[in-house]
Amino acid sequence: MRRPIVLLIAAAATASAARAEPLTVYAPDYFASEWGPGPAIEAAFEASCGCEMEYVTGDVLPRLRLEGERTDADVVIGLNTDTAEPARRTGLFAPHGVDTSDLSLPVAWTDDTFLPFNWSHTAFVYDETRLGDVPESFRALLDAPAGLRIVVQDPRSSVSGLALALWIHRVFGEDATDAWARLADKIVTVTAGWSESYGMFTEGEADMVLSYTTSPAYHIVAEGDDTKRAAIFPEGHYVMVETAAQLRGTDQPELAQAFMDFVLSPAFQEIIPEGNWSFPAKAAGPLPDGFGTLALPDVALLYSAEEAEALRETVVREFEAGLRR
Amino acid sequence: MLLVPLLAVAWRAEGFGALRPSDWAALRFTLAQAAVSAVLSVLLAVPVARALARRRFPGRATLVILLGAPFILPTIVAVLGLVAVFGHSGLIAATGWTPDLYGPQGVVLAHVFFNLPLAVRLLLQGWLAIPGERFRLAASLGFRAGDTFLRLEWPMLRAVAPGVALVIFLICTTSFAVALALGGGPRSTTVELAIYQAFRFDFALDRAASLAALQLGLGAAAALLAARLALPSGLGTGLDRAVPRWDSGGWLVLQDALAVGAAALFLLTPLAVLAARGLPWIADLPASVWWAAGRSLLIAVTAALATVALALPMALAAAAGRGWVEVAGTLAVAASPLVLGVGLFLLLRPVANPVALALPVTALVNVVLALPFALRALLPATRDLVASYGRLSASLGLRGTAWLRLVGLPRLRRPLGYAAGLTAALSAGDLGVIALFSRPGEATLPLALYQLMGAYRMEEAMAAAMILVALAFGLFWAFERGGRDA
Repeated sequence: MRRPIVLLIAAAATASAARAEPLTVYAPDYFASEWGPGPAIEAAFEASCGCEMEYVTGDVLPRLRLEGERTDADVVIGLNTDTAEPARRTGLFAPHGVDTSDLSLPVAWTDDTFLPFNWSHTAFVYDETRLGDVPESFRALLDAPAGLRIVVQDPRSSVSGLALALWIHRVFGEDATDAWARLADKIVTVTAGWSESYGMFTEGEADMVLSYTTSPAYHIVAEGDDTKRAAIFPEGHYVMVETAAQLRGTDQPELAQAFMDFVLSPAFQEIIPEGNWSFPAKAAGPLPDGFGTLALPDVALLYSAEEAEALRETVVREFEAGLRR
Repeated sequence: MLLVPLLAVAWRAEGFGALRPSDWAALRFTLAQAAVSAVLSVLLAVPVARALARRRFPGRATLVILLGAPFILPTIVAVLGLVAVFGHSGLIAATGWTPDLYGPQGVVLAHVFFNLPLAVRLLLQGWLAIPGERFRLAASLGFRAGDTFLRLEWPMLRAVAPGVALVIFLICTTSFAVALALGGGPRSTTVELAIYQAFRFDFALDRAASLAALQLGLGAAAALLAARLALPSGLGTGLDRAVPRWDSGGWLVLQDALAVGAAALFLLTPLAVLAARGLPWIADLPASVWWAAGRSLLIAVTAALATVALALPMALAAAAGRGWVEVAGTLAVAASPLVLGVGLFLLLRPVANPVALALPVTALVNVVLALPFALRALLPATRDLVASYGRLSASLGLRGTAWLRLVGLPRLRRPLGYAAGLTAALSAGDLGVIALFSRPGEATLPLALYQLMGAYRMEEAMAAAMILVALAFGLFWAFERGGRDA
């Protein structure tokens, strides 16, 4: 009786050895979760390459830095421009090798390591049934009466919070600390992450929440609710661009490159709008309903990865100093 | 177990790093809010525990379990619950007066909300440990409520309360998301946020290690202080009879009703608001959320059994005079969860794939983090046990498993059941290290909840939170029940 079992185990072992090792993609939790774009992208890529891929989730950048050269990652997805520079400095990455001349980004793209896959403007989102007097510019927001209640995220713990600090620095320059101080009486609270802020906003605790110009699309598409809007400021909006990159030390360079080539393909890009609730980096045809009616700014602001990293400590200090005043 | 991960982080960073001025400000705020929260939680818990100890009414047992709920809520859920009651558009504001939730007062409010249940339960354990014979004697001597308090209850409080305050102080020192969300801004920066920032954006592991060491050092200092404040109650032992109380009629009934009613209102209203929001969505949750609940259940039961198995010998050793065991066991709660997770990751990586071990490691960390609570629940009863039966057992030569079976377990089953229930409930609700390294498809319930929130699905997240609460209640009830009936 024992022999068939042994044979079975041996057969299973050979079968799994024959199958190539999967492509390992490090991704943030929200990306790879059931409710993010990850699973659909995985299925599409596996169908196109006839291979296997798997996500490893968690805090991507610190994890890479902890692991260094010994990392299991072949590809890393989800680093945005503001956090890309420290990743680049680890020296772990290889050029993406993909043509980026024809992107649908609002800014020019020259980075040859980090390949953009989606983007959105940071913006203050409000509910038009609750807020009648919407500030028409960033300056008007600073001058708004203290009765206007907004929630934002902390630039020390959240990427969207960091984007706001960079946004304020870009718009107000030398006066950024002062801008934070003028914003202070409107800021109900600062949360560690985006989810807490957005939860407070949907609870009705705040009139406006720091989020994205694409956030209203979720409410339109998934809930049939078109009362959520992004306030558009003529000074311009800071852009959040998320990227993918391949590792120099990957043990499967062909597969990793195949994934990089896949990132800007229609099969990947058309999952993005309703999968990650943001704009595709290379639009493949018209966007789904709900995205067409979104209010968008004319001016898009973005620091390069290098500039953002150089400014990071400065803008965090401006945030701290301005709100402590 | 606490120091090794910390040292692993420091080793990887090649030393401890210098702190910044903002780190010291964070430290001051951390200590101040933790101290106020701890003292307030214990002070408010005294009348509630006293009322629950001397009254018997229908539904009391259920109420006691229900009152424990906030302690196991994931922070993000608790914050939204508090906002729904105390916030700008909350229930209280609907009456016309809007409380100012955000600021140090909000941080303290949230911490009392979290920890009052723990304080009530631990003090109640103390009350129930006073032998019924003492109350009989008190009645025959014509004690009034005030005399009972002075002669019986105060000595018990002197023995139990400092330890309770210490545990709550330590929990509050590692607070981060709550302190930030209700603190209103950078003035409310805690050490744990500084650790997170150092780790995540600056990748200054050396500074993270220094901050974690500082946090642990403060915890040790607080533990020593609390050990000095605590005096043995000297109430002796009895025949484990539950006796009616004769000293608390008249207007004291009203006082007790008020204390219990106020606590129930404070602790249960936020929960009820969330339940109203989340319950209708439970049917819409996909199967994966239920699987996540199953994984959380498994982790919780494993952690509960392991914690009790570890806490019992530790409590016996501490009661036998080895005080350092108590300090070491209590300190776990002052360990930075982030540094603990990172340290374990660094330690495991050379020998195994930490991602494959995500669930066992989560259970293990839960054991370490729940140990202080289990110890706190066991220690007073164990001390009394050793003081009252130690000599008799020794003279009879009763040792080892025979002692455990005849003396130890029968007299400790109630705190043991409570400790196991508390650990299980805590572990079920803990996001823990699984957020640092995991694989899709292996989410625990709290992680699934955060994922839902991150994908704009607030209602479904609240539904998942309700499953979590139900799960934690179920575990708590089952273990406590086991403790009573064993």
